[in-house]
Amino acid sequence: MIIKTDRLGRDFLVGGRLRRTRVTAVADVSIDVARGEAVGFLGPNGAGKSTTIKMLTGVLVPSSGSAQVCGLDPVRERRALARRIGVVFGQRSQLWWDLPLAESFALHGAIHRVPAVRHRERLDECVELLDMAAFLATPVRQLSLGQRMRGEVTAALLHSPELLVLDEPTIGLDLASKERLRTFLSAVNARGDVTLLLTTHDLPDVERLCRRVVVIDRGRVLVDDELSTLRTRFAGNRTLVVELTAPEPPLLGLDGVVEVTVEAQGMRQRLEFTAVTSAAELIARVALRVELRDVTVDEPSIEDLVRTLYAS
Amino acid sequence: MASRIRSQLSYRTSFVLDVVAQVLGQSIELVAILVVFTQVGSLGGFDRDEVVLMYALAATAFGLADLAVGQIEELPEHIRTGELDVLLLRPLGTLAQIISADVALKRLGRVAAGLAVLGYALATSGIDWTPVRVLVALTAPPVGAVIFAAVWVAANSVSFWLVDGREVANSVTYGSNFSTSYPITVYGPWLRRILCFAVPGAFVAYFPALALLGRPDPLGFPEALRYASPLVAAVAVGVAALIWRAGVRRYQGTGS
Repeated sequence: MIIKTDRLGRDFLVGGRLRRTRVTAVADVSIDVARGEAVGFLGPNGAGKSTTIKMLTGVLVPSSGSAQVCGLDPVRERRALARRIGVVFGQRSQLWWDLPLAESFALHGAIHRVPAVRHRERLDECVELLDMAAFLATPVRQLSLGQRMRGEVTAALLHSPELLVLDEPTIGLDLASKERLRTFLSAVNARGDVTLLLTTHDLPDVERLCRRVVVIDRGRVLVDDELSTLRTRFAGNRTLVVELTAPEPPLLGLDGVVEVTVEAQGMRQRLEFTAVTSAAELIARVALRVELRDVTVDEPSIEDLVRTLYAS
Repeated sequence: MASRIRSQLSYRTSFVLDVVAQVLGQSIELVAILVVFTQVGSLGGFDRDEVVLMYALAATAFGLADLAVGQIEELPEHIRTGELDVLLLRPLGTLAQIISADVALKRLGRVAAGLAVLGYALATSGIDWTPVRVLVALTAPPVGAVIFAAVWVAANSVSFWLVDGREVANSVTYGSNFSTSYPITVYGPWLRRILCFAVPGAFVAYFPALALLGRPDPLGFPEALRYASPLVAAVAVGVAALIWRAGVRRYQGTGS
């Protein structure tokens, strides 16, 4: 196990000088993450995601419970751990604001004592995959958010960490930048030597990168499962989208279909059907009634899924 | 590191002005002492040259400490903004990263001013030189700097508990310079005890000066205390390290 936590918890004191109250940010989080996994850490704002991550990386001391990351105690062996993990906080830069990106990388390499050859290799690879050559000489403060995030991720990977922790890595990025980052991260994870743990509000991040999701709310683990299992367990309704050769009236009266929406003047219809209904069988039944040009099945988004989780 | 030093030297005029400002700032206190002595013959039982010697020891120690750990005053800011998170994620000592964030060469001005006055005071206050006194004269400024540094680190660590600990820290930092420049005999008994034993400012200049001058302590403290500064410095560092450690563990970060 690369991450192992046992009933991890953290309280905060909030408020002014006179009236201080104890707030529990993380109450009881026990998770195990195996080497090479990619885990999505989801939850609403204030659920305790960032606090958990900070405890895993040795920034915050837990109030209760324990954590082991890469076999180390994050607080007592913070410096040893820092050499073995990479961390990207979407909201906080780890680069040197006034230095050109390339110099930030060089400094980062020096701090982590990355051998020059290794540094070169790793950097060249990231520069190519993330298309950074054009702005390597630009001071970090002048980079766009998308460019800077590419730099942050590269810096976090230069010392070949075993675990890459990303706290909202795509926050504020435009679609193209998000996509580029996702493709890169999934390639990094696919090689198998880097474990990914990411928090996000952007569910496509999770769908693209993670096989497993941990949903936390109010400091507790709500769900910890494979994304696919989660889909079937909390399966919302799926939608069969049928493209027709000619306009047809709404296809009502099919077993298992709960709602029919007509689009494109009857040329396209959306049939929302229950989880227990077989998509293949439904298509066959529809095909008996009308002539089909094309069909697609829309899976429920994890957005819906998480919404059902919170509701239950 | 080298690049930071170079960048400061590249603006030569501004650098020179900075240094001059530091020297002037440091000398104002000396002028204050000299002005006082135009009115009175002694201060707390010490004559002018003796007080100037204490001032010089304190000023040199302060300058050295400021040069080495002056950046600790940025700690409250690092805590308030949550910037400390980033430092904690690097495989380096946190305190080391904070104090090495900037080397303000202009602070050399203070050290230079202190050393100049110290040289003058040592030469004119009629010290009966023995090997032990030479050793005290050589070690007192660096040992005093260690004491100052420890006190500042401890004082700035208050920010781990108080959101706005900066004022507390500043009053300790600059108060420590001011209070160590005078013989502790001028203070009331309570302040004296604090300076001797709580915030060990008396060991920066007062006791080493007594050792150099070879005169009896008007307060009747045991003679061994005059040579105890290195030991006191070691204890101060230990205490500061404990407070710092407790502080880092207390660190709450900021949201997100």
